[in-house]
Amino acid sequence: MLDSVLALAQGFSVALEPTKLLFALIGVFLGTAVGVLPGIGPALTVALLLPVTFKLDPTGSLIMFAGIYYGGMYGGSTTSILINTPGESSSMITALEGNKMAKAGRGGPALATAAIGSFVAGLIATIGLALFAPWLVEIAIQFGPADYFALMILAFVTVSATFGDSPLRGLTSLFIGLMLGLVGLDALSGQARLTFGVPELLDGIEVTTLAVGLFAVGEALYVASRLKHAPETIEPVRGSLWMTKEDWKRSWKPWLRGTALGFPIGSLPAGGAEIPTFLSYTIEKRLTKHPEEFGKGAIEGVAGPEAANNASAAGTLMPLLTLGLPTSATAAILLAGFQQYGLNPGPLLFAEKPDLVWGLIASLFIANVMLVVLNLPLIGLWVRLLAIPQPWLYAGILVFAAMGTIAANPSPVELIMLAVFGLLGFVMRRYDYPIAPMVVGLILGPMAETQLRRALQISLGDPMALVESPLAATLLAIAALALVAPLIFKGLSRFKAEED
Amino acid sequence: MTQQEDDRPEGRRGDPVGFVIAAGLLALAAAVAWDASGMGAVSSYAGIGPSAASWTVAAALTALALGTVVSAVRGKIPVPEPSDHAAVLTILAGIAGMIAIISFGGGFIPAMAVLFGLTARGFGRRALLTDLGIGVALGLFVYLGFTKLLALSLPQGPIEHLF
Repeated sequence: MLDSVLALAQGFSVALEPTKLLFALIGVFLGTAVGVLPGIGPALTVALLLPVTFKLDPTGSLIMFAGIYYGGMYGGSTTSILINTPGESSSMITALEGNKMAKAGRGGPALATAAIGSFVAGLIATIGLALFAPWLVEIAIQFGPADYFALMILAFVTVSATFGDSPLRGLTSLFIGLMLGLVGLDALSGQARLTFGVPELLDGIEVTTLAVGLFAVGEALYVASRLKHAPETIEPVRGSLWMTKEDWKRSWKPWLRGTALGFPIGSLPAGGAEIPTFLSYTIEKRLTKHPEEFGKGAIEGVAGPEAANNASAAGTLMPLLTLGLPTSATAAILLAGFQQYGLNPGPLLFAEKPDLVWGLIASLFIANVMLVVLNLPLIGLWVRLLAIPQPWLYAGILVFAAMGTIAANPSPVELIMLAVFGLLGFVMRRYDYPIAPMVVGLILGPMAETQLRRALQISLGDPMALVESPLAATLLAIAALALVAPLIFKGLSRFKAEED
Repeated sequence: MTQQEDDRPEGRRGDPVGFVIAAGLLALAAAVAWDASGMGAVSSYAGIGPSAASWTVAAALTALALGTVVSAVRGKIPVPEPSDHAAVLTILAGIAGMIAIISFGGGFIPAMAVLFGLTARGFGRRALLTDLGIGVALGLFVYLGFTKLLALSLPQGPIEHLF
């Protein structure tokens, strides 16, 4: 406990250096500016801005990343409220009530409760991260390869099968990701896999190329294909920006409840902010004194889910930093950001580079404060960004996507992959395949394989070693359960529907 | 259980799209399996070698292809919303043009101009020349910003050599 406080103080002394503060500020600003663009969620924001950080020192660029991540989340909620185009599924709930509030001329308070709620949630969740991370590191340091392998299997199942609409489509997305993860030289034996004689493929497929292709190019193609059928409208922010006393009174409890749901669920290797935001919405709907407003723009329905969303985003940093386990598309891209400097998050990073890890955690606090100070006064600027004509907006996004890809890896092959992944992303959107499992599969697949083979090397090939550790056995059992759980959930929800 | 399946009105029985997706998954599985079959023998002490993961993925993709066939027969493939194919093809042409220009040494700025112009056209703009001009300006701005300020290398062509 005291150790965390000391370590965090050390982290602040890194993060409060003027140059680091500047990186945090740039990150927050860029993150919000890009995140506010319609259809762009935090994952894509981070992926698009990755090349900007290529030439910085690791600590500085990771601090900038933290700012981009949090900024992207704030920006995304602004878009959800004002034009009802959530960048990712976790801000769908915000769009639900928030956009109704904006239509009723209460856009200002909706933005304010989202921003302040995100601040409160981010603050509490980051404190939770600082307190619990060292504790989890202590545990994680005893994990063997079999435990890691089981943890990754659990992450695969929860990310792809448990929380999606259709386990079949989620698993299809996951396994295409795993297949892409095979491409390149095998880490243990040096065997080339799925390269088909193309030298550019020997290094494997870049996570950012896949993410930018699926998210940016795929989204642009999809929006263009739908343009004639569903035009978007921006709600102007009318009236006072500030929340009334009544708004505050109705918001603070949902903020805290949302945080209490978001942080623990986000920290589990379960992945996704969808569950906590959805739960938060359901709970607020039950507890509110104004049930008649739900569905027509209830402030609780914005405050709670927004807090839950941000708290779970901070929560996903827990398995990412302590175990090196990404449980969302955004976390997978953040991991790619770490790897670009040869850094591997996990218990060892805490021991070897405490300045970097704690500097990053401290800068999360700083980014959070900067956002709440910057965001509300600058709302006019963000709204103007929303007014960029759509053709230029998406054309600009594609230019940046191509630029980032070619800067990371100067070869036309990389651009061809970007185009192929873009087309894939378009088809997946049309047929309702989830995208995150593919990104997680690409980055976690090779890691899981390495752990599996290590475990089997230690046991001289005896597969029983995979379930001999009680932890590994438990995790695998949960994974098996999580694979069948959707069927049970479906049964339950039908039961509930009949009851209503 | 039958009632639950009827909950979803979307999807028609025997939707051909499902069979196309399944065929695609089978093709991927075949490619992975073909690649795995060319790998060396399993190293003796380690239990499994590099081909084991390939075989697992190939098997899983085959199973998913079968699952897709079943869901197509049952009419559980979502029916997509109507799509404007001309718009999609215009943007793809922009991307292809961009790749071609960079591959043949035309440089970053003209490539971005073509990408920008054709994407904007795909989104319904009619003023192609204006948009190409904006693309040139944006490409120049990005090129100078990233090569001079951030020291990244971007593809060079005749125009870029002027700077």
